[in-house]
Amino acid sequence: MDIDRATVDHVARLARLDLSDEERERMTTELGNILEHAAKIQALDLDEVEPTSHAIPIRNAMRPDEVRPSLTQKEALSGAPEVEDGRFKVPRILEDETP
Amino acid sequence: MTDLHWRSATELAGLLANGEVSAVEIAQALIERADEVDGQLHAYLHRTDERLLEDARASDERRASGQTRSRFDGVPTAHKDLFVTKGVPTTSGSRILEGWLPTYDGTLVKRSAQAGLPLQGKLNMDEFAMGSSTENSGYGPSRNPWNTKSVPGGSSGGSSALVAAGGTPWSWGTDTGGSVRQPASLCGLVGVKPTYGLVSRFGVVAFASSLDQPGPLTRTVTDAAAFLQIAGGHDPMDSTSIPQAVPDYLGSISGGIEGMRIGIVTEIEEAEGTQPGVKTRVGEAYRRLEKLGAELVEVSLPSFEFGISAYYLVAPAECSSNLARYDAVRYGLRVEGPDVVSMTSRTRDEGFGDEVKRRIMLGTYALSAGYYDAYYGKAQRVRTLTIRDLERVFTDVDLIATPTSPSTAFELGAKTADPLSMYLNDVFTVPVNLAGNAAISVPCGTSPDDELPVGLQLIAKALDETTMFRAAYAFEQDLGWAGSEEGRPSL
Amino acid sequence: MSTTKEDLFETTCGLEIHVELATASKMFCGCKVDFGGEPNTRTCPVCLGLPGSLPVANEKAVEYTMKIGLALNCKIAEYSLFHRKNYFYPDMPKDYQISQYDLPLCYAGHVDIAGDWGTTTVGITRVHLEEDTGKSIHVGGSGRIHDSAYSLEDFNRAGTPLVEIVSEPDIHSVAEARAFVSELRILLDSLGVSDVRMEEGSLRVDANISVRRRGETEYGTKVEVKNMNSVRSVGRALEYEELRQREAIEAGEQLVQETRHFDERTGTTSSGRTKEGSSDYRYFPEPDLVPFEPSAEWVDRVQSTLGETPTDRRARFATEYGLGAKDIEVLTATSATADWFETAAKAYGGDAKKVANWIMADLYGLLNEASIELTESKIAPDQLAGLVKLVDGKSISGKQAKSVLAEMFSSGKDADAVAKEKGLEQISDTGALEGIVDEVISEHAEAAAKVRAGNLGTIGFLVGQVMKKTRGQANPGLVNDLLRRKLT
Repeated sequence: MDIDRATVDHVARLARLDLSDEERERMTTELGNILEHAAKIQALDLDEVEPTSHAIPIRNAMRPDEVRPSLTQKEALSGAPEVEDGRFKVPRILEDETP
Repeated sequence: MTDLHWRSATELAGLLANGEVSAVEIAQALIERADEVDGQLHAYLHRTDERLLEDARASDERRASGQTRSRFDGVPTAHKDLFVTKGVPTTSGSRILEGWLPTYDGTLVKRSAQAGLPLQGKLNMDEFAMGSSTENSGYGPSRNPWNTKSVPGGSSGGSSALVAAGGTPWSWGTDTGGSVRQPASLCGLVGVKPTYGLVSRFGVVAFASSLDQPGPLTRTVTDAAAFLQIAGGHDPMDSTSIPQAVPDYLGSISGGIEGMRIGIVTEIEEAEGTQPGVKTRVGEAYRRLEKLGAELVEVSLPSFEFGISAYYLVAPAECSSNLARYDAVRYGLRVEGPDVVSMTSRTRDEGFGDEVKRRIMLGTYALSAGYYDAYYGKAQRVRTLTIRDLERVFTDVDLIATPTSPSTAFELGAKTADPLSMYLNDVFTVPVNLAGNAAISVPCGTSPDDELPVGLQLIAKALDETTMFRAAYAFEQDLGWAGSEEGRPSL
Repeated sequence: MSTTKEDLFETTCGLEIHVELATASKMFCGCKVDFGGEPNTRTCPVCLGLPGSLPVANEKAVEYTMKIGLALNCKIAEYSLFHRKNYFYPDMPKDYQISQYDLPLCYAGHVDIAGDWGTTTVGITRVHLEEDTGKSIHVGGSGRIHDSAYSLEDFNRAGTPLVEIVSEPDIHSVAEARAFVSELRILLDSLGVSDVRMEEGSLRVDANISVRRRGETEYGTKVEVKNMNSVRSVGRALEYEELRQREAIEAGEQLVQETRHFDERTGTTSSGRTKEGSSDYRYFPEPDLVPFEPSAEWVDRVQSTLGETPTDRRARFATEYGLGAKDIEVLTATSATADWFETAAKAYGGDAKKVANWIMADLYGLLNEASIELTESKIAPDQLAGLVKLVDGKSISGKQAKSVLAEMFSSGKDADAVAKEKGLEQISDTGALEGIVDEVISEHAEAAAKVRAGNLGTIGFLVGQVMKKTRGQANPGLVNDLLRRKLT
């Protein structure tokens, strides 16, 4: 499976990784190698086989609708790189990030 | 008392019960041992010596007033650094979580404390549990006590190094594709991958959620069973936790293996270039099982061949999503940028190591539009094949035996240049995670090639840890290696 | 003009409605669901997305979703999964949203909406459950996202259970779109699953809308309109968008498939300028949650809690109380209003239309002036019934009753207490009035004689004299009766 540099650039953006040029070049080769190994399973005809997302057959795990204590504001913000007015502060959000 | 640090948890519990030793004395002995060996091993990321002594004193008081919390009250432990521990640094081996002080305790940390186990600290690991050597730790690698030029295995390599060196009787690791069993094998220890859902994942920094399972690393099978007994069982905080209690493993552990049917899989051992010394020791182990009354049955598991391929799509896909939260907004590292996208992207580039970035890229790609069916979807179907294969074989046998790892501990740097060769280390262990079954690695001596430990893997049906422990115990007792001079590194 | 356009163009529209559920706790953790309050005080490791935390589904939220699905005539899935929708955004703690993808809890339903055009059946594609995000505040510049200096994040709302209802593109006019949202709002309110406070964002609407010339077989270019927060803004946004698309088609311009945001201030929609490819959400099954396989018994149990649908209630209000269409529309706008009316009607016991008239004609005037809801007023349903009875019993006149109602509205007192305080209570005691009537007859013998002679028109004069003597407190009907009995 060949991965080109454009694909690596696109995936790095999706994954929010500001990779250096050198990293991007290296990734292009390495991902290609790994996917080549993965190609082993691509040849398998598995259309009749159901996919497994959960190995153990547990169903309907739920909790009752009960309120439990929250963290305090201080605790909630304790790990924050930057805080203002009881909120987590981030640099400006560019409009085109809006989902 | 000398050599306190080499005693198993079960032995220490006995000494405490008889009043021959105090919890504080054990704690002090283990602090001394850490001072002695950790400079060479780098097993610890964070020692909590003060808390250890405090916990030990509290334990001694409980014992004096007849209020011990469990049989093991006062027997210390150290956790792999992905078990979230309130007020104690928890980095998951990553620079991106440097300085984070959790505001809560995970279930396993809670249950250890509820059993009265004093906390020694947090142990090194491959970053976010991705790796087989601890060389991917953001804080430098750990080393193997059997040969400090070699890796201790991974990703729970800090745990295996410390337990093997007598730095703690037992430690919790996590096993996503072999991360408990492989380091146990490489360090001459017992390592368990319990049935998926047996031990709560609440408070375990996630790598690949559908595969991750905490498991104990110990020097004896009995300790492993006892430790699983302490921490296993249903947890309402984890939706994937099996809603039932843990059976009494110890009650039947010495029942022997007379009449058990054990499957062996010659085809994969031949195919994947297992080291001759490993083959020798594991072959002897099979004959020993036979000698003990088990019947060996040749079985076929064709899907195992595809395990690595499937695993290296499923695990990266899940990790690409699990690790998205490290975005520099709420906790952890932040590298400044003019806007949110650049801030998050710069932070993640700087905070994550190469292997983590590689897997995030791989997983993002495998899930992205147009590729899902070919990669992630296909891998999920291979999972079904693996489950079917094991189900079929387990209609005929009680356990399946394989080597745990195709090689003994390799030297630091030997495989770092080729990620794929590192991945192939997991060939025997990965299918078990894909299917969710239980498995254990037990030492079967050292390899004639390099005098480094070799591990035997016993795979059991889901939730049949009882049979697994019984067989592992019978084997361990007959081999007589664990607990002997021979079974200890000279460090 | 507009009818001409209707003839020329056909609009096709499907709606996506997000509703916050009124559970006590959040979707996947025990933090309280609430509005307002200090920022970041209703968070925990789970809804902050701390490493190691895991979601556990709220049973009530799952049941509420099934309830909505059943009320919309949906099928309940035999096997349903949560998926992860992956995208980075600073108000999303895990940088993925736990949502549903190809296996929603409810699917293939429908709902009828009625209006001037008749009745339209709108298909419901799916009803699924997901979690809400936190809230960003944009600081600096105009306080809007595009020119702000930085943003602040509050995660109190993060993890609130959110139901998404997706309709089929069966809506063909703005009026239908409004009616659909309004009907859903009434339905959700009657189910008791949501506060449906649109102004607080507990109900949010997105639309897919396209326009084509009538008779064309290909659909027009689909545009997604986001950010509509009230029935009114749905109307305004879609009217604007429909017109914009019609004009573009008339001018021969090429429309672009895009996302447009509705601006409440200007009443216009504008292009979201979403970057190509950024909507690759990489959905995959959420490994931290297990599948749902609702048993038939569970579905039946939820079905049995549905109660009367708004449609059935409206029909019953017509047959049981004989109410007209306008009364029914107002009195069933929310189930609390309808309950209020029914309680008052029962307490009254007589013709419920009278109670309805008092609510519609008088009480709503006071409510509108005070800008409050019926259920927020100080008057209890049985108190209104008491007022109507007082009028029936002729203790007070209809005109006096209006001032009594106003006083009840401000004080919350019972009708008879207010009437007494105001000295309005009519003298309806025959014994007490008889003496006064006799006095008047003897004082105005001439007029009395005229009545006796058959000139009944003069009775009015005598009634007036009795009223004068009692300073207006006599029950005029009763006085009239007494005079007639004595003089004819």
